Amino acid sequence: MTSTPLHAAIAAGSTLTSHATTKIADVQNAAAHAWAQTPWPTRKTEAWKYTPLKALEKGEYFIPAAKSTLSADALKQFAINRLEAFTLVFIDGHFCAEQSDDLTQLPTGMTIEHLDDASNLEQFNKAAGEHATLFGELNTATINTALVINVAKNAQITQPVNVLNVASANAPCLANARILWQQAPHSKATLVEHFVSTQDSQVFTNSITELFVGENAQCEHYRLHLEDEANLHIGGVYSHVHKHARLNSFYLAMGANLQRVDVVTQFEGEGAEAVNNGVYLPRNKQLVDFHTCIEHKVPHCNSNEIFRGIIGDSARAVFNGRIHIHKDAQKTLAELSNKNLLTSNKAEVNTKPELEIYADDVRCAHGATIAELDALAMHYLRTRGISQEEAQVMLSFGFINELIEQLNNTAIVEYLRPVIAQRFAKKPEFLESLIHEALV
Amino acid sequence: MLTIENLQANVSDKNILKGLNLEIKPGEVHAIMGPNGAGKSTLGHVLAGRDGYEVTGGSVTLEGKDLLALACEERAREGVFLAFQYPVEIPGVSNMEFLKASVDAVRTHRELPAWDAVSFMKKAREACKAVNLDQQFLKRGVNEGFSGGEKKRNEIMQMMLLEPKIAILDETDSGLDIDALQVVANGVNALRSPERSFIVVTHYQRLLDYIVPDYVHVLADGKIVKSGDKNLALELEEKGYGWLEGESA
Repeated sequence: MTSTPLHAAIAAGSTLTSHATTKIADVQNAAAHAWAQTPWPTRKTEAWKYTPLKALEKGEYFIPAAKSTLSADALKQFAINRLEAFTLVFIDGHFCAEQSDDLTQLPTGMTIEHLDDASNLEQFNKAAGEHATLFGELNTATINTALVINVAKNAQITQPVNVLNVASANAPCLANARILWQQAPHSKATLVEHFVSTQDSQVFTNSITELFVGENAQCEHYRLHLEDEANLHIGGVYSHVHKHARLNSFYLAMGANLQRVDVVTQFEGEGAEAVNNGVYLPRNKQLVDFHTCIEHKVPHCNSNEIFRGIIGDSARAVFNGRIHIHKDAQKTLAELSNKNLLTSNKAEVNTKPELEIYADDVRCAHGATIAELDALAMHYLRTRGISQEEAQVMLSFGFINELIEQLNNTAIVEYLRPVIAQRFAKKPEFLESLIHEALV
Repeated sequence: MLTIENLQANVSDKNILKGLNLEIKPGEVHAIMGPNGAGKSTLGHVLAGRDGYEVTGGSVTLEGKDLLALACEERAREGVFLAFQYPVEIPGVSNMEFLKASVDAVRTHRELPAWDAVSFMKKAREACKAVNLDQQFLKRGVNEGFSGGEKKRNEIMQMMLLEPKIAILDETDSGLDIDALQVVANGVNALRSPERSFIVVTHYQRLLDYIVPDYVHVLADGKIVKSGDKNLALELEEKGYGWLEGESA
């Protein structure tokens, strides 16, 4: 059943045969089969052309992570102040009920179930299955814990759900993370996916999140990849957006030596809208790869996507933004922009917008740029006495901050601005020129 | 205070300034007028130190210091302020943090006492009020989405906070309605002092009704071709620039 020695080694060490629930046994078997049959990506595999997987090839990262715990104190550093979220904690892919908020005290209109005893798994893998990478198949095949989060019809939930994923194991291992988020019609809710790591951790996180946004529902979604560089992450967010629904997603990828995120948003009903914005800031030898795809399957839907990246040192970024407008998807409005700043001679970015249009009455705009900082803006700051070095820091931060400031959730904005400013400040005295708490 | 001697400068290998002389004493306001393409904006950019403006001859000294030897930001710290004809929009960089960084850099260099956040905020709010700019503009990106008039008022507001020795206003009146013009002029007049000088570059005499200059110079073809007092501006308004070409020849 396995196609390469690597697959064999991985299969032996993982839990391909222990299904979480019989309800999804068929789905899991199919995924296991697909995983085994899919050739390991090489430089000739288009979807992985610029993203070498060498780090994974020794196979040691495929040993399933053991269940471990962290003290409440150790988790404190990852808190997002003022978010006042309902928090669910996963450590190395395992759900930690004792560190999470009490599942019996959920916001009204929300239910959370374990995959094992979920009442309705009809949509499980429905969005991901169609577009999954081979790692997605692995996730589906080997999944042992996952949460199904349901938002009831008409429920307007203001309290965000914060799924905190902590990478903590200090020897290479595999953490599968999986969320199934289902919003019934006319509901409104916010999901924050927060990926972090503890010191010395070396975890390969293989994550899948499926978002089902029902008719007229609104979903606000944040996905923050803040793991340290010793960790690896390959993940995907697969969404179905139904009639008149709205999905508003924001992605941030700061670190990790290998970070790959596939974002596939599919419109399932007319009049729907999706915003997928994102920021990536690799440095040192980090690699960040965003592969996004908007599936305009039906007419009258709008999609908007802005991704910006600053790539420093010897880091690399890959951005592949696909817009697929199907034959019936007339009156589609689709916009995509990707802007990159390279701050070192050794930094590299490969960006590729990809349009595939089969309808004839659509408006579609796309653009990708790789540039240096705006010379005129630089000059303007210098004529005000600001040094070239500090102006560079301010403009780099501004380039990213422009997207951060547009976020709807102010607690997230307040959380991210200092995190990003720290990344750019270079010198402590510059930090004040980026975010000055006393200036209000 | 500012002495410009035989200044010559090229922009993209084209000779624009062709031997310009100007002596500005402390407290004086000099207006520079002249036809399109005479080199008025070039003078401002050369003094402020913009890349691509190559000085090929002559000298500029500020209080005896060789200004041309200094980098753009060093000139600003020494007390040169250029109010841009087209202020630059910088989304994502807040006006407030920009101003604080700017004020800090200038005051540190001039060994003036630092303003803490509270006193800076107070000064910034006062300056906003003086140029009739809503305080909300402090929180926005630098010039981001500002109207033409708001951008110009933002320039004057910056000038108030930076307290320069010599301020160059590059067509600050262009694109302003009469109310905004008065606001800008009031801002400039409030800053007039025996220690501070101004170069006011303008196309129109109108601005000089509000900012009354000590001297008016006509810049044509890269040189000052005529100088006079404020009445020269009125004469130019009446006669245009054509009659001067005969005189300078």
